[in-house]
Amino acid sequence: MSPELLRLLVQATLDTLQMVAVAASLGTLVGLPLGVFLATSGRGELLAAPWLNRVLGLVVNATRSTPFIILVVAIIPFTRLIAGTSIGTNAATVPLTIAAIPFIARLVEGAVREVDGGLVEAARAFGASPLQIVLKVLIPEALPGIVLGLTLAVVSLIGFSAMVGAVGGGGLGDLGIRYGYQRFMPEMMLAVVVVLIVLVQLVQTLGDRLARRMNKRLRHG
Amino acid sequence: MTAPVRVPVPADLSGRLDDPDALVRLEGVAKTYTARRGAGAVTALEDIDLSVPRGRVLGVIGRSGAGKSTLIRLVNGLERPSRGRVIVDRAEISSLSESALRRERRGIGMIFQHFNLLSARTAAGNVALPLEVAGYDKAVIGKRVAELLDLVGLGPQANRYPAELSGGQKQRVGIARALATNPKVLLSDEATSALDPETTRSILDLLGRINRELGLTILLITHEMAVIRAIAHEVAVLDGGRIAEKGDVFEVFTRPKAPITRTFLDEETGRTLPPALAARLTPGLAAGEGKQAVLRITFRGPHATDPVLAQLTRDAGIPAGILSGTVDEIAGRPFGTLVVAIAADPGTVERAEAFLTARGLDVERLGTLDLAGWQQTAAPRATDPRHVA
Repeated sequence: MSPELLRLLVQATLDTLQMVAVAASLGTLVGLPLGVFLATSGRGELLAAPWLNRVLGLVVNATRSTPFIILVVAIIPFTRLIAGTSIGTNAATVPLTIAAIPFIARLVEGAVREVDGGLVEAARAFGASPLQIVLKVLIPEALPGIVLGLTLAVVSLIGFSAMVGAVGGGGLGDLGIRYGYQRFMPEMMLAVVVVLIVLVQLVQTLGDRLARRMNKRLRHG
Repeated sequence: MTAPVRVPVPADLSGRLDDPDALVRLEGVAKTYTARRGAGAVTALEDIDLSVPRGRVLGVIGRSGAGKSTLIRLVNGLERPSRGRVIVDRAEISSLSESALRRERRGIGMIFQHFNLLSARTAAGNVALPLEVAGYDKAVIGKRVAELLDLVGLGPQANRYPAELSGGQKQRVGIARALATNPKVLLSDEATSALDPETTRSILDLLGRINRELGLTILLITHEMAVIRAIAHEVAVLDGGRIAEKGDVFEVFTRPKAPITRTFLDEETGRTLPPALAARLTPGLAAGEGKQAVLRITFRGPHATDPVLAQLTRDAGIPAGILSGTVDEIAGRPFGTLVVAIAADPGTVERAEAFLTARGLDVERLGTLDLAGWQQTAAPRATDPRHVA
């Protein structure tokens, strides 16, 4: 592979990392509280707000059931509003973030619901407020599950980021489509796939290790 | 061991709702759960009047579904009564706002059957949590946590996670956590039900010690008579959401009135006959060949070790055979039961009853034992050595 192509590959990898990092961070920023709220706002629960819970649940489901490639096209006006353009790495970050939020929210919700209800009861019994219960009991206890969920979300985002290449987003997917497919350069396609595999492996290994270290439920040492 | 700083009892009690000795009072409490979709309401508790005097241990015993869990959760406001009032110290728990309730709960500790410790926090971290929630600063928390872990004998395990502790150690952490904010009362929700008998004993010993040394009032619920016997001063027997019987533990255990109390006792204290004899027992008194009247004699307190059968034979001339018997201790006082057989003749039975009653013993007629055709026609002997006193 020529130095020129290698430079392109490196640039595309950096673009992908940037898109995924920004989308995952913003997605977590919104998705984490949303997920915690979804898990605790049902009827009779800690932050009971059944109506809001139902409405948010519907919005989350609607976003999640829209295929990503259609979501990308459907929100182009919104993307232009935010990024000023609908083409390129920055623009691609917008639909990625929009897709990440409900995904992360559901994963966080699942992890929080796994926390033993007895812990919430104990915390109420010693006088903790709902907010204190969320911050000091639910999130810390759900953390290993949340980290695993975020790992899954990042892996999915890496896949999604390749898809935005099809509609003019930057990154590895874009490179693979334009060089590997349209210019028929199989070695470039292979290189893109290998880089993606390595990225996913790294993320998954890191996530697993982090979650395991946080999980104190197992006897160790 | 360092006793925690306790909030002094206010000298002016004029504002109190009632008897200052009762720290916890439930007055005319009922709890009904309205089933969803109008499928009819479920009554969990009805007509509950109960009080726990300051510094005492009240045990509530009942089978599962009797309403125990609901009852104990009314005391710290985890549940609200449908009717009646719940008062802890001077605060009417049942009418407080959620935020006022949170402050009151710092004065009411609670321990649980499944410990409910945070898996992501160490023993010390778990004990620190109520203090963090109450807004104490770090230095105070650190000192208090060390004190509490020493109190429950877990100083060396301070930095262990719950997964690295045994069941008994986890409950000790639970107790330390419950005591963190200097509560006036400790609620124990089946705290030993998930533990083996030996660990149960050590946890009950610890609770008893805390009650005596710190003067902490304890309300506990359990389905085991042994727990009540080990540490309670007063007992309330809960059946179908109502209090079937309540009173001093020794009184209730040695002179049970409600049938439900009797069944608890029969299971627990060996008041039952060996099965082979029970099968041959008919109610009422009937004289005849091979027939024996069966009496249950209950020895309470100082009489528990009297040689009463020897006296019955020697002084009253009535020989008696032992069918079963136990000598035990309830709330620190000796207590024994003896099931004996004597000649099934009305005159003899009445004379025996009068003789025993005059010596301060409780006598109860269980019925007539028909030994005709049984292999041992002489004075019956217990078939199982475990039932011999």
